[in-house]
Amino acid sequence: MTQNATKFSARKVQVFYGDTQAIKDVDVDIEDKTVTAFIGPSGCGKSTFLRCLNRMNDTIDNCRVEGDILLDGEDIYDKRIDPVQLRAKVGMVFQKPNPFPKSIYENVAYGPKIHGMTRSKAELDEVVEKALRRAALWTEVKDRLDTPGTGLSGGQQQRLCIARAVATSPEVLLMDEPCSALDPIATAQVEELIDELRTRYSVVIVTHSMQQAARVSQNTAFFHLGELVEFGETDSIFTNPQDHRTESYITGRIG
Amino acid sequence: MTDSTAARFDKASPEIKAHLRKRKRSQFMLKTLGIGAISIAFAMLFLLVGSLISTGYQAFTQTHLVVEARIDPALVDPDNPSDGNFRQLALDIVSNRVIGGADTDNTDRLTDILSNRAQFTLRDIVVANPDLVGETVELKLPVADKYDQLHKGMLDRDTPEENRRLSDREIEIFDQLVEGGYVAKPLNWALLTNADSRFPEVAGLKGAIIGSAYALLVCFLLSFPVGIGAAIYLEEFAPKNRISDLIEININNLAAVPSVVFGLLGLAVFIGWFGMPRSVPFVGGMTLALMTLPTIIIATRAAIKAVPPSIREAALGVGASKQQVVFGHVLPLAMPGILTGTIIGMAQALGETAPLLLIGMNAFITSAPSTPFDSATALPTQIFIWADSPERGFVSRTSAAILVLLTFLIAMNALAIFLRNKFERKW
Repeated sequence: MTQNATKFSARKVQVFYGDTQAIKDVDVDIEDKTVTAFIGPSGCGKSTFLRCLNRMNDTIDNCRVEGDILLDGEDIYDKRIDPVQLRAKVGMVFQKPNPFPKSIYENVAYGPKIHGMTRSKAELDEVVEKALRRAALWTEVKDRLDTPGTGLSGGQQQRLCIARAVATSPEVLLMDEPCSALDPIATAQVEELIDELRTRYSVVIVTHSMQQAARVSQNTAFFHLGELVEFGETDSIFTNPQDHRTESYITGRIG
Repeated sequence: MTDSTAARFDKASPEIKAHLRKRKRSQFMLKTLGIGAISIAFAMLFLLVGSLISTGYQAFTQTHLVVEARIDPALVDPDNPSDGNFRQLALDIVSNRVIGGADTDNTDRLTDILSNRAQFTLRDIVVANPDLVGETVELKLPVADKYDQLHKGMLDRDTPEENRRLSDREIEIFDQLVEGGYVAKPLNWALLTNADSRFPEVAGLKGAIIGSAYALLVCFLLSFPVGIGAAIYLEEFAPKNRISDLIEININNLAAVPSVVFGLLGLAVFIGWFGMPRSVPFVGGMTLALMTLPTIIIATRAAIKAVPPSIREAALGVGASKQQVVFGHVLPLAMPGILTGTIIGMAQALGETAPLLLIGMNAFITSAPSTPFDSATALPTQIFIWADSPERGFVSRTSAAILVLLTFLIAMNALAIFLRNKFERKW
């Protein structure tokens, strides 16, 4: 393990959809300024766990989360925590690029606007530019900020979504298979971007591609059937897995 | 692949050929049936519109007497024009154009040529501009219905005189007027600018159109906000449980309730309990709103459901509250669907007759309403009244009124299509 400070600390996390248990006893520490990858076969609960980290599961009616998830030592499921505030702090990028059907500028400015983070138009312009630069999109769109975000290419749309997420100055970025709808070139661009984002944020990425996990992450967690099977540095998980299920998965025997 | 399966897929084998033929035949049958169904639908539509136009087109023109006449100061006092003897003036205008003039034998006949309302038309012209007294002005006065029918060729001259509504002498007198070039058949704007009348030649739809407009306005103002509010609550905020299921089922049932039942409800509640006046567009609009409400709620819920969940997630993901998600993203994206549903509901309300009959909007009212609280008719009830009237002139006017109603309906549907295309988004 690297020596960065712990950002998220999860203990005994259980997630239920109605009566079915989707996550069993997950303990995991997610470090600051590190890319953590969640890998595992479909339906193993990695996305479900990711969505616990910014309480997106709250929007699902029959979903129930037990156990403790601490962000900087504070329980995010505490009654005093407002999920709306939490989500500004823990940004999220989804599987399919989902820009709002509004202009590029409006897309990025939306978060800062609803959280009242800027006082003037000039300040907002600055925030938008900074976010687009961080998402490596600025040079491509600076001349057409008022054109619809939905008119961009798939890869650009996904980077726009990343810009939208970083515009609220989050501390953690959650990415749910951010490259699964992109072509290889756009994927390479986003992966490069993830590596840059690591200098400022703690990044958690769910991916189906083990190559991608190996390329971008420092830590890797392997989920199987709702359990966290193995968690450690990416290199050791891939070269020297401790659990036979991990080994089977990364060598392609299960999944 | 073994030899036997290869043989089964041999294209030349008779079984495969037979199967292919069968498949093509059934596809051909389906296509033919589809084309047949559409053709029948078009034929019916053509028949409907065709029959309406063939009976109704006569009502879009109206036979008028177009003459230059002097407003005789002996009959009309310029200082007090409204008390003038316009009946005599109208008679003079006709008798001066007819050989023999107004002798004792002809007076009644001549009086009957112009519409009974012509004297009031004359009065209105002179009262509006008293300087005309003593002057010679060009006048355009509607002729009575039976002469209108005669001029439009709808009165058979070969019918024996005793079975005809006009005697030989009357026809002869009118023919003199036609030969003198005093008779014209201009476009009948009165159909749209006059209110209802007992006399078909001057009866118009103004009261009905304004009555319908007021009723629709009231209906829209009530059902649009309430419907959208209810749909948003049910779709976005209400917990999913037995009670919300029950509400949903009941809303769907309400949409299928016959409109006459809503009319009875309006009669009992609005007029009976609340003591609101009869025949007024305001009550009509409220009754129609009861009927439109379920339609709008269902359309809005469908439109809200159709907003992709990815947009909600995107907004929630950057920290928007539920209310911000609904009003900032879901509602704007659902708007085209909501508007389409609303306009379809409004078009339905515009054509609705039964509930308006029950709350008395089929009264005979000869002036257009100036507020939603004045008695009025609506377009469908006006059609109902005219269809019931015995005068021959109302036959073509009923069809004409139906065409006017259909025009409004087509315009509303076109608006719905336009809005849907304009605001349709792709993601």
